[in-house]
Amino acid sequence: MSAGLKSLLRGIAMPVLVLVLWEATCRAGLVSPIMLPSPSAIVIKWVEWLRSGELLLDVLGSLGRVTGGFLLGAGLALPLGLFMGSSPRIYEYFNPIVQVLRPIPPIAWIPMSILWFGLGNPPAIFLISLGAFFPVLMNTIAGVQNVDGIYLRAARNLGAGRGTMFRRVILPAATPYILAGIRIGIGTAFIVVIVSEMIAVNNGLGYRILEAREFMWSDKIIAGMITIGLLGLAIDQVMNALNNYLLRWHRGMDN
Amino acid sequence: MDYISINNLSKTFQGSERSVPALLDINLSLSRGEFVCLLGPSGCGKSTLLNSIAGFIQPSAGEIIVDGKPVREPGPERGVVFQEYAIFPWMTVARNIAFGLEIKGTPANEIRDRVDTLLETLGLKEFRDRYPKDLSGGMRQRVAIARLLAIDSPVMLMDEPFGALDALTRRTLQDELLRIWQESRKTILFVTHSIEESLYLANRIVVMTYRPGTIKRNQVVDMPHPRDPSGAEFNELKRELGLLVMEEQERHTSDEMKAL
Repeated sequence: MSAGLKSLLRGIAMPVLVLVLWEATCRAGLVSPIMLPSPSAIVIKWVEWLRSGELLLDVLGSLGRVTGGFLLGAGLALPLGLFMGSSPRIYEYFNPIVQVLRPIPPIAWIPMSILWFGLGNPPAIFLISLGAFFPVLMNTIAGVQNVDGIYLRAARNLGAGRGTMFRRVILPAATPYILAGIRIGIGTAFIVVIVSEMIAVNNGLGYRILEAREFMWSDKIIAGMITIGLLGLAIDQVMNALNNYLLRWHRGMDN
Repeated sequence: MDYISINNLSKTFQGSERSVPALLDINLSLSRGEFVCLLGPSGCGKSTLLNSIAGFIQPSAGEIIVDGKPVREPGPERGVVFQEYAIFPWMTVARNIAFGLEIKGTPANEIRDRVDTLLETLGLKEFRDRYPKDLSGGMRQRVAIARLLAIDSPVMLMDEPFGALDALTRRTLQDELLRIWQESRKTILFVTHSIEESLYLANRIVVMTYRPGTIKRNQVVDMPHPRDPSGAEFNELKRELGLLVMEEQERHTSDEMKAL
């Protein structure tokens, strides 16, 4: 047996064992189906949810909010971070505000966001963009501040003006930091979307699992949780691929 | 008229506790097409002098005139090859070489031809689309040199460019630099602490003193290229310059002992 196949089998063994034990426990009537529905019941519920078309709408709803909120938050954080990182003056102006606002979890903004934006998508987008904003901002600042001075000198020596310096030297040199920030930002956005859907909207995966709780549909709650997990995994994979492509010059670099 | 003229140049670095006089009243002229080495132990201000000509450092007193114009800021007419290579890791070899031309707004097809020629000249053809992380130190420094040849800097300022290379790679690159210099007749100012390297390359060697940096000896070397490092004249000069450099090195060492 090849090493790759062996490791694949090892990876599958544990989940299969857990599922079998779980199913057996439920079938033996050891736990109430409300406290813990069986895996098969969850799969049946999930397929039903999928075929009704509701699942797709929920996934698209959540993804749309994550995307919108993330683009808004990161889109504001990136230019601000570039300016704060490259100009000590701008940094001095903005840094105190940033330091005070940054530790406030997006969740703590929920009451004010409802007062400001009412119900529906606007408060959700606001909260998600807050979640994405700070990680991207902090990493962009750090990335720009850490650009090796030798590259700036070399570019100036070759006659680079301010615009060229930003676009072709500072931005690419800071990309490893910025992408790390984007990754954290998307992770936070994804947490916040689920929470925000529990308060203000009437579709999306977060809304759906809370709705299922009202009816004690434990199978649907868990089906929703697993969908959230898979979606998070998919987002992370896409980010990983993007990361590898944009940083192909950086991989395995020692200096 | 002198192509580069340095007049009464002084530079003092202001520290928090004490100030360090790096250069004191330097007067030096280079004619067009000269290959001059600045030689001295570390701390003699040779890199400070080079960086002042490059426009990275503002002198405390005196002035530098290059081709009739006083130096105020960095510019592509005074190209620098840094010891740390300083080629951009996010650009391929070809993009690195093209960068200076792109800044100038040279038409794309002209850039392509120029880059192709330089890749050929410096033996970098097969590395065209590779990133610097895949290149050895010697190859990286070739890219750095090609980048300056691309924009055709009439002056090349080289700050211990081969210092981090192994002996064989270093010799190959020295030979290549000499070939480029002889073909292009660029004016080269080359900083090194290797006596042998300066004797192998330069037609004039400027020996500097340790702190404050002043000019100790202005030595013309008129042996024809290629030079034989085992030849009699080469070694006689090497011994002579060696004594001068060692005097400064000893001052450097005793200074360091005092600091302990």
